[in-house]
Order: sequence, then structure tokens, then C-alpha cells
Amino acid sequence: MLLGPALAVSAILFSLGVAGVLIRRNAIVIFMCVELMLNAVNLSFIALAQQLGHEGQVIVFFVMAVAAAEAAVGLAIVIGIYRHQPTVNIKHINLLKG
Amino acid sequence: MTLAAFWFFAAIAIVAAFLCITRKSPVASALWLVWTLFALAAMFVLLEAHFIAVIQVLVYAGAIMVLFLFVIMLLNLGRGGPTDMVGWTGRITMLGIGALLAAELWVATRVMPSEEIRLPEGVMTEMVQRRGAVDVIAQPLFRDFLVPFEITSLLLLAAIVGAVVIAKRRL
Amino acid sequence: MPTPVGLVWLVVALPFAGFLVNGAIALFRPQAKRAVTGVGVGVLAAAFGVAVVVAAGLAGAPTGAPYVLRYWDWMPVGDLEVAVALQVDQLSVLMSLVITGVGALIHVFSVGYMREDPGYARYFAYLNLFVFFMLILVLGANFPVMFVGWEGVGLCSYLLIGFWFEVEAYANAGKKAFIMNRIGDFGFLIAMFVIFHATGSMDFGEVFERAPTAFAVGGGAVTLVALMLFLGCTGKSAQIPLYTWLPDAMAGPTPVSALIHAATMVTAGVYLVARTNVLFAMAPVASFTVVAVGAATALFAASIAVKQWDIKKVLAYSTVSQLGYMFMGVGAGAWAAGMFHLVTHAFFKALLFLGAGSVIHALHHAYHETHRHEDAQDMRNMGGLRSLMPWTAGAMWVATLAIAGVPGLSGFFSKDGILAAVFARGHEQPLFYVLWIVGSAAAVLTAFYMTRLMLYTFHGPYRTGEAEREHLHESPRVMVAPLAALAAGSVFAGALNLPHVLPGAGWLEHWLEPVTELGAQYLPPPHLSAGTEWALLGLATLLAAAGIVGAWTLLKPERLTAPGASPAETGLQRLLANKWYVDEVFQALIVRPAVWLSDRVLWRVIDQGVIDGAAVDGSARLMRGLGIVGSWVQRGVVSAYVLVFVLGSLVVLYAVTR
Repeated sequence: MLLGPALAVSAILFSLGVAGVLIRRNAIVIFMCVELMLNAVNLSFIALAQQLGHEGQVIVFFVMAVAAAEAAVGLAIVIGIYRHQPTVNIKHINLLKG
Repeated sequence: MTLAAFWFFAAIAIVAAFLCITRKSPVASALWLVWTLFALAAMFVLLEAHFIAVIQVLVYAGAIMVLFLFVIMLLNLGRGGPTDMVGWTGRITMLGIGALLAAELWVATRVMPSEEIRLPEGVMTEMVQRRGAVDVIAQPLFRDFLVPFEITSLLLLAAIVGAVVIAKRRL
Repeated sequence: MPTPVGLVWLVVALPFAGFLVNGAIALFRPQAKRAVTGVGVGVLAAAFGVAVVVAAGLAGAPTGAPYVLRYWDWMPVGDLEVAVALQVDQLSVLMSLVITGVGALIHVFSVGYMREDPGYARYFAYLNLFVFFMLILVLGANFPVMFVGWEGVGLCSYLLIGFWFEVEAYANAGKKAFIMNRIGDFGFLIAMFVIFHATGSMDFGEVFERAPTAFAVGGGAVTLVALMLFLGCTGKSAQIPLYTWLPDAMAGPTPVSALIHAATMVTAGVYLVARTNVLFAMAPVASFTVVAVGAATALFAASIAVKQWDIKKVLAYSTVSQLGYMFMGVGAGAWAAGMFHLVTHAFFKALLFLGAGSVIHALHHAYHETHRHEDAQDMRNMGGLRSLMPWTAGAMWVATLAIAGVPGLSGFFSKDGILAAVFARGHEQPLFYVLWIVGSAAAVLTAFYMTRLMLYTFHGPYRTGEAEREHLHESPRVMVAPLAALAAGSVFAGALNLPHVLPGAGWLEHWLEPVTELGAQYLPPPHLSAGTEWALLGLATLLAAAGIVGAWTLLKPERLTAPGASPAETGLQRLLANKWYVDEVFQALIVRPAVWLSDRVLWRVIDQGVIDGAAVDGSARLMRGLGIVGSWVQRGVVSAYVLVFVLGSLVVLYAVTR
């Protein structure tokens, strides 16, 4: 019964996350938007799990673990970059320019 | 009743997400994201995923977002400086893209899972009541999904080591 | 097949084994001269022995059919079935006996001649390889195998002419020989292609069997084939126009000149015509061309030999001239006569070259002792050597008389056989009478220039120099013995094919009949009345006498001056001394345009411009350009990447949700 609305909300949140990634230039905020996207997907999984079995929730479990790992490493990278150049504006992080 | 509650929390989540992506200050964005996570946790409860809801609060809002805030503070980005958003044209384009994406996703969600794989109504609820919320997750996790579980633990180990190494001032 | 015939593979394998062993010695232990001598000479002697056994086996066989021994399939490609096969028949056996026999004697001579040369092992390795290839040429049972031998002897000729390659002129001579040969080989190849196209086979037996039906007699196809084959012959056997490499080939060691450029390799063309007698017989135009070119070459080369001072050059032009005679013979349908002259010529020309080598060797040795650097090959530095080198002089006189056509010696009978055949053809085609006159004139010149050579070298006043006189002596036994053996051959080989008016006549002609009978159907062997034959024999004697006596009386060796001090020649003498300026004409007409083309067009434009510039550099520059364009995509700005990513996923999503 809640499946439809849940999926709709998930879609909206995901789109907001994508928009946030595209709009913002602060690396950490971009990261947060990525987390937002992950959460939207988690919502999808939970909603479907109600209909299809608890495997969905187990997947969410894993997603969270991976998200945690990813956040840790990603933020470490941001710190590393900050040490090199005191900025987190991705406009200035372009040493890989071809 | 459930539906109304659901919509209530959904609204909070969406507004908070919008505010998250549009605040100037990174700290503000982070805190609005915490709002979103809490709202999502409430929605999880409404969707019979009690354990996950708690985990969400503990891990996501409690650990990951705290980490975010630590890093923001460490880099002294607390006070929002000049805006770091793209200009007007960029914003319009990006929100346009976002809308397009939302539309497509909504169309996707119209597809309901087919009859064969759908479980009968109320089975999940009954299972949760019988076995407890934790058990419902724990059984598949440590039985069918044992190998991914162990691999995830390795992943976390690698992440720990990696994060320490990358962020150290001097190796 | 009688068992001795089956041994023919040994004849071929022995020299090849000699090449391998001597080659290895040359690479790793070049000072091991005794081993090289043993192997190098040994394999030739053994090969000769086996060849005799094979010949006896063939002679004693009940049927005279050619024996084809197939060893393995070489090119089974669609309709073309070429196998590595050797053919034992009267013609190939005759050639292999000459090659191994005369070759063995020359190998023995080389032991003495090349004794002090540091490249001793390499020399014998190359010489063995040459004999191997020459045997492949004559024993091959199909055109491709023969062509392998054809090319192989060309290669060995190049290697041996340029044996002392540190001297640039010698290396160039080797190149010249090889390149001119290749021009002829082009003709050979064209002929092979046409033959295969017409008859569907490359095996001698099948081709000659099918030729009468595959080709129209006197038609364009068979004439083209014969002319193209003859083009190959002009290259390999030094006829007009591709003969200029042979005098230059005298840059090689003298035994090489004896073996390759007198007795064997240059005779490959004659063998080819004799082997493909059917094709030439079916193409009268081509046959006439062969006789005409042969006659012209005979006279032309003889005229040049009259005015040469280098002893080897005289003999070189003599060889060209005598080869012309052989082609006159086989072109006129007297295949046995042509082959007969090939055999006798092998004896006395090899003898002449080896004798000259003996003289040159002695002069070299003398000049070395007195530290002078005169030309040891110039006849103006010789004279009166008869008393110092009696054996050499005696042997060379035998050869000179033979080549001049003194009655009773081998050359008399072989040359007469050819001229008689040409004369007999004149009965049907008067043009042949003209060619006969040309040939007879060349005979007079032959006797003349050979006597001249002997006169200036061995008779008359001694010109070499007093300091050298005590160092000049006869050559060692190892070099004189082959001279004696070849002299015996020059005398007695005439018995092989006496004229029909004499008893025991035409033995060789009879022996070669199984090979020549196919051609004889289209070009019947010429016949003369007894009276005409005697008249021609008498005329030949007169011509020989005229040449010899003329040289003896007209030439004055006392008036010869040293090479540097001689006055410049004038008029006709200058023309002859400068070889009718043929080399210069070739240089201007052919070589210079070719070099210009190679330099300006092929090198500058095509190689540097097109291939290097456009293809190689160009493709690299294109890639670089594309790369630069491509790198614009990679700006290093993360959000751009994400944007692209999102757009991409939008597209995918759209496709999925349709």
C-alpha cells in the first residue's frame, strides 16, 4: 500500500541528490548529495522489501556499510587534497586536466 | 493513518533535502541532511523495517554525518563563504535535469512487481511480530548472505586503513 | 629403374655436404686448410665417381626412357603440382659428368692456386655450393627445380666473382654479373608462366609431351616462350646483349673463371635450349634468332678479343664467342653438335684458363718477391715464358690448337659439326648461308687471337723484368696435373662425335637421340652429302691455318711496349680495344636513367615523400591530432564528468522505460 508513494518519494529524493551534485561546487557538499542519493535508493529497497521479502533490508544493511566506508575514504581524500591546495572547490581541483 | 504519517515524513524529507542542497554554509547543509535522514528513518519504521531504521539513525545520522561535520570543522569551512553554487544558467539547467530525472524515475516506479513474486499481504508484518525485528534481518544475513557479510568486513578494514593512510600528515 | 640410377641424389648431395662442412670450417676454424682440401676436393671426386656409376647404369638400362626420381612435393597448389625431382637421362648425365669431372680437376688446381689466400675455406665452400646448384640445374626434372639451380649458380657466381670483395671494383663486377643475370631470369620466368598456362604442367616430360597439342607450330605463344627462354640464355650464357658482365667477371680467382665462366655456368643456356628442343623446334622464328644472335656474338666477341691485353680478358671474350657457336648449333637443330662443342669447350677452355692462372700465379709470386706492383695479367708484361714454364706452355698450346680447330683435335670436330649444320640449313633458308659466313669469319679470328695470346705470353722476347726472372718457375704438380688431364681431354674428346663421313661417327648424336627426337620431328637434323662434308672439313682446316699463320707472321712481339708506355690506339684498333664502347652505351642508355629514376623519383618522391612523409609520419601526426582533440574532453573538472554521467544515465533510463 505504501509502495507507490514510497517509490515516488525515493525518485524525488534521488533527483534532488543528482541536482545537488551538479549544482554545488563544494566537494564536501557534493559528497553529502551523494549520500542523499544513496538514501533514496535505500528507501526504494525497503519499500520493495515489504512486498518481496526481507532480502531488500539485508541489501540496505550492506549499502549502509559500504556508504560508511566510502564516506570515510572520500573525506580522507578531501583532506589530502586540502593539504595540497587549501580549497575544496572542485573548480580548482583540476590537475588532471588533459 | 499510516499513509498520512508517511506523507508527513515524506514532506519533511523532501523539504529538508531541498534545503540541504541549496544552503551556502556546509554546516547548514550537513544539518539539513541529518533532518532528511531522520525523516527517512521514520519512513522506514512505517515500512516495517524497524531494525534498519534504528541502524539508520545510529550509523548514518550518528556516525557518517558526524564524520562529515568533523571534516568540515577540521578544514575550517564552517562559516559559509561566497556561494559555491553555479550561476543562474547552471541552476536552471541542473534543476531541469533534475526534473527530467524525477519524471523518468516516477514512470519507472509505476511498474508494480508482478503477481508471482509478490508475497501475500501481511506476511512480513506477521513475521516481524513473531520473530522480532532483528531476527528477521539476522537470519538471512548470517545464513544466505554470510559471504557478502565477511567481504564487507574486509571492505571496512580496507577503508579504515586507507582513510588513515591518506589523511595522515606524514606517513 | 636400375639401382645405379637411383644413386643420383648422391651426386647432388655430396657437393652440398661439402659446402656445409667447408662453410662451417670457414666460419669457425678458417686455418684448417688440410681439412678443407680433403673435403672440398674429396666430395667432387666422389661425386664424379657416382656420376660415372649413374651414367653406366643408364647406359646399361634396357629402356632409354628418362628416369624421374621424385623426392618430395614442393608446391602442390591447386592445379600446379611441382615436386622436387631429379631426371636422369642422356642429356643430364652428360652434363653432370662434365660438371663433376672438370670441376674435380679445377678443385685440385685450386688447392695450389689459392694456397696462400686467407679465404681458402670460404673459397671451397662457395665452389662446392656452386657445383651443387649447377647439378640441380642440369638434373632437375621440372622447370622450377631447374630455376632453383639457375638462380643458385647466379648467386655463387656473384659470391665468387666478388671473392676479394675488399676491392670495390671486384665487388662491383659481382653485382654487375648478378644484375644482368636477373634481367635474363625475367625472361625465363615469363616463359615458365606461359608454359604452365598452355600445358598445365611444369614437368619436362609432361610439357614436352603436350607441347605439340598445346601450342600451334610457329604460333605466337610458342615463339614467345622460346624467345623468353632465350632471353634467359643471353643473360646466363653471356650473349648479345647481356654479355658485358662476363669480361668483368674475370675479377674473380682464375679457377673460378675456369669453372664457372668457361666450363659450366655459362653453358647452362645451351643446356636449356637443348633440353627444351621441342619448343624451339616448333618456333622457327625463335630458332633463327638463336642462330643469328649466336653467330653475331661469336664474331663480335672474337673481334674484341683480338685487341685485348689482359690475358684473362682475351679468354673471356673467347668464351663469349665460343658460346655463340654453341647457340648456333642448338639453334639450327643440331642439338648434339651444340652439346658436343659444349663438352670439348669445357676441356680446352678450362685448360686455357687454368694455364693462364698458372702463368698469373707465377708472375704474382715473382712480383711479390721483388716488391713490384705490375699487372700480372697483362700480356705486355709476359713473353718468352716457354722456357720457364714448359708444362704450362705445352698444355696451353694443345688447347690453343684445339680451339683454333686444327684437324684431329676435339675442337676441330665440334666446331665443324656446328658450321656444317648451319651450312646445311642454308639449303632451305638462304639466310643461314650468311650466318655460316659469319661463323667462319669468327673461326679465323679465333685462331688468330689465340695464337696471338700464345705468342705474346710464351714466345718472343722476355719482358717481365730481370729481377723477376729468378723467381719465375713452373707451377707445382698439384696445378700442372689437372692441366695435363684437360689436355688429354682436349685431344681425344673429338672421338665423341666424329663427322658422318668418318667411321665411328656421331656417337654423341646417337646417345642424345632419346632427348632430341621430339624436337627432331619439327626440325629434322640437317644432312649433307659426303662431298660437301669433306669440302667443309677442308675449308675449316684452311681457316684455322690462316688464323694461326696470320698471327704468327703479322704480329711482332718485339715491338710491344710496357703497359703504361704504350701509345694510344687509333681508329678500328681503338674501337676494338675499347670493346666497341658497348659498356659506355649501356651506361648512358640504361644505367644512368635507372639511377636517375631511383634517386629522383623512387627515393625522393616515393620513399621519402610518400612512404616516410605521408604514411609513416602522416599517420603519426594524424593520431596526435586526434589525441589532442580527444584530450579536450578531459578537462579535469569533476562536475563536467558528473554531468556527462548523469546525461548518459538519463538516456539509458529513457531507453529502459519506453
